[in-house]
Order: sequence, then C-alpha cells, then structure tokens
Amino acid sequence: MGKVMIPIGPQHPALKEPASFNITLDGEKILDMIVKVGYNHRGIEKACEQRTYIQDIYLLERVCGICSHTHSTCFLQAVEEIAALELPKRAHYLRTIVAELERVHSHLLWLGVAGHEVGFDTLLMYSWRDREIVMDILSMLTGNRVNYAMNTVGGVRRDISPDQIKTILPLVDILEERTKYYIQVASEEVTLIERLSKVGTLSHDDALKLGAAGPTARASGRDIDVRRDDPYAAYADLSFKVITDNHNDVLGRTLVRVGELMESYKMIRQLLKNIPEGPIAVKAPRKIQAGEALSRYEAPRGEDVHYVKANGTDRPERVKVRAPTLANVQAVAAMLKNGYLADIPIVVAAIDPCFSCTDRMMVSMKDANSRKENFIDWKTLRQYSIDWYKQNRGVDMSKIKISKRW
Amino acid sequence: MSKEETIQQELIKNFGFLEGKFRIPRERRIFLDVPADRFMDVFDYTVKKMNFNYLCIISGLDEGENLSFIYHLALNYSIILNIKISVPKSNPSIKTITGYFPSADLYERELEDLLGAKVEGLAKGRRYPLPDDWPIGQYPLRKDWKPQDEPEVKQEKSN
Repeated sequence: MGKVMIPIGPQHPALKEPASFNITLDGEKILDMIVKVGYNHRGIEKACEQRTYIQDIYLLERVCGICSHTHSTCFLQAVEEIAALELPKRAHYLRTIVAELERVHSHLLWLGVAGHEVGFDTLLMYSWRDREIVMDILSMLTGNRVNYAMNTVGGVRRDISPDQIKTILPLVDILEERTKYYIQVASEEVTLIERLSKVGTLSHDDALKLGAAGPTARASGRDIDVRRDDPYAAYADLSFKVITDNHNDVLGRTLVRVGELMESYKMIRQLLKNIPEGPIAVKAPRKIQAGEALSRYEAPRGEDVHYVKANGTDRPERVKVRAPTLANVQAVAAMLKNGYLADIPIVVAAIDPCFSCTDRMMVSMKDANSRKENFIDWKTLRQYSIDWYKQNRGVDMSKIKISKRW
Repeated sequence: MSKEETIQQELIKNFGFLEGKFRIPRERRIFLDVPADRFMDVFDYTVKKMNFNYLCIISGLDEGENLSFIYHLALNYSIILNIKISVPKSNPSIKTITGYFPSADLYERELEDLLGAKVEGLAKGRRYPLPDDWPIGQYPLRKDWKPQDEPEVKQEKSN
C-alpha cells in the first residue's frame, strides 16, 4: 500500500475551534501532518471594538465555555492596568478562588475525556462524577456552572460568606482524596501506562521551539507557569509548586494535570483561609484613559494572552486575544509524526483542546491512487484505536481492576 | 537598577537610536518602538543575544495611515518586551520571524488575513483564519472595514 492522505476535519464540533489535520500515512504510520485552524473564527476582536468595556467582559467570557473566567480576568487585568485601578485584595482573592476552581473542573473534565479516548470509560464516569462537586461549588459561589460572570471592571460582583467557606472546605477534602486515587491510577496502573507511554512525544526542544504552553509544555520538562513567573491576582501570596514531568508524552501530560489538581486544592485552602476582609470592588470609570497593556494568565490549558489598547472612550481601540490552544495546536503535528493512526484521538485530546460537545470529528480516508473516499466518524476511529491497541499491544482497559472504596 | 532597566540599557548600548523609545509601565513589562527598517537587527539581538526565547503573540493594529505590529517576547517566561514597528498602509510589508519562532507561522498568517500585512518570506500555505473563499482585499480588522450585508437567502418552498 502506498502513501495515503487523510484529511481529518475541518468540521469538528468536538473542538473549541474546529480544526483540520491533513495526515500523510504509510500504512498505519503517520509520515506528515498539516494543521489548519480558524474555522470557528467569530470576529470577537472586531466585535470588542464596537462594544463598551462592560459589554466586552460578557463577550470575552464566551470565547471559551470551559475557561470563561480566564478570558474575562485576563482582559480586565489589562483594562485595570491602563485605568490605573488599584483593586482591593479581597477582589484578587475571589478572582483567584474562581480561577483555581475552574482549573479543577477543567482538569477533571480532561481526565474523563482522556480516559474515554483510550477506552477506559470507568475513568470518565468516575472523574466526571467527582467534577460535579466542583461544579456545585462554582454554582454556589457565582450562580452559574459555566460563564460565571464573576468579574467586573475594578473587582468582582459577588462576595463569599463565612458559611460558604465552611461548606467548601470539606468538599475540597473529598476532591483531594479522589485525586490521590487518580494519581495512583496514572502512576501505577500498568494498562494505562502502557497505553499512554511514548505516545504523542514532544521533546523539550520542540516544546520550546514550537511555543507550547501550559501542561503540554510542562510535560516536556518546560518549567514555565505564568502564575509563578509573572504573578497576577493573588498568586504572589500563595505557596505552590509548578508540576513538571520529563516523560514528554501523553502519560506525562496526564501526570502533570493530576499533579496540578493537588496544587490547586492547596491553593484553594490557602485562599479561603487567608482571604482578607474589605470591599470586593472599586468604582471604575466608564471611559478608560488612553494607554496599552499586555496581560497574561495561566489558563487550565496554558498561557492566555490579551493585549488591550484604550483610546480614552468607553470602547477599546483594540483587543487581541491569544488562547492557549493556538499555541499548542501547532505542536500536535510534531507529536504525531512517526506515531500511529490509532493514536490520533488521544494525542489530539492530550493538548486538551476544549472538548465541549459530542465527538463528531470526521476522518476521510482517501487512497491517493484510486481517489476513492471512505468516511470514518470519530466514534469509529476511537473504537478502531481501542481495538488496534487490544490486538497489537495487548492493552485492554476493560481488564483494569478498579478501587472498590467508591 | 531593575532588571527592566538593565535590558533597556543593554539595548541602548547596542542600538543608540533606541534612546527615548522605551516605556516601562510596571515591573516585567517593557514597551519599545523600533523603526521598521532596523527591526530585524534589534529582534535578532534580543532573541539570540538576550535570550528572549518565547513569543507570546504578534498583535496587529490599524493606526490610520500606518499599520503597527507588536511582537510580545518573553524572557524567562517572565519579563515581556513589546517591540512595536509601524509601516505605511500603502506598503505594509514586514519580514517573517518564522526562522526564529516556527510558531509565528499562524500569527503572521493572521496578520495577512485580518489586517492585510504582507509578510516577506512566509512559506506558502493555507490561509488563517478566514475561509478560503473570502474576497480579496477585504481586511476585517482595519478600522474602515464594515461587514457587508449578507446576501439574502431565498428559501424554496418545499412541498
């Protein structure tokens, strides 16, 4: 069999941004890959210029459904820097509490998706059940499970009560207990380790060269984290570790994320314990003085960047957004090179590109010679990858013995 | 002397014309205006000699007569140097930096699509992020660009 070209995508509702991956295959082996994104470009940057700063908060919060707090906070940090607003400490703490809860819900979501992609659906059921705990906390604090609308120019919109703190702390203990179990699964469960090791490798040098960010970069030994290196909100007051790993593969990305969950619990406890008294916002002007600022934020998926330019009116002159997936998606080609077709689902999922709805990625297999096309949907490709590993590597997730304690 | 000032001093020492072009609004942020014709020299020096090894993003701006581009570079993932260049809108030509940062590929294609920049040396490839059938010469992020009315879709009556 000669070389086969496979276009995956572009319609790709499973991703935050529908993407197209053009893959050249020799048998099962991936020789080359071209990534194209941009199908979901909604013109949000242009729309921001036509709306007021307050309206933009709600618009930017909808850049992403999973890390909505990320984008509104990142934008407001830039606006507040231009307007020279000094936020009360309590506002910073509240923003950080929501930020870390958001990371917990995002990473637990990812863990479930990753489990599902390799046929370990028990992990999906477990981690998504546990994720409900953090969703309940977010809903209690902000009134919403997603798109929290917590932020406003100059602070936050909702305060936290001592009763809420008392309710949250034991729930964090439960989450921590559960995460310890996931760490045990990811670091000891032979079947899972065999399935994820040496899959989707991204060397340290490639991670640096291709500008990977977040857990994807940290799993390739890049010791980078905006929370520590360029602290914002309340992170300068917190003690936490930046989790890195040198596996350079999907296993590493899993270990980094479960490790980060533990750090997030630590941070949430510190924040709840030490939250200072005081107001939660300062009065902000409607018009923002002319100026510019660059704001960075460590989203669950990596570094989020917003550049804002103000012109003295109530609308920004320019808002530039770079979400972490755009930094990481370019590394996918390097990860899949010399890999196998069966690894595509988990490798694409391992950069955590915001899987939000039913997986419906289409693979069209086109034989370069006959030009005949066979379409495979994502479900079939996933099943194919699970069967392929069962037959060729003896990796069978249904054989995993799971903890009886829960 | 703060780290930011040290960076400023080093750049002024090597590129005298940068005197007075700096703005340090807060710690870890440096804004710098560079004449477009000397941009590659300054950029090369900051990346290779000063180890600014991470590119956050390139922001493009429509400033009336000119298009401006800001290269946001990070040192140790911490200090951000924002290098700004301006080129006339009549000939908005800039050089590619994909030789330094392969990840700039998508960022530069975005400048081409949304602002109409011409990036010299950018490898041939598919456009980003606009659709393949986007009309030529329409640059949505330019200030004078207005969305055109969608052609009316006539729905055929089905029986």
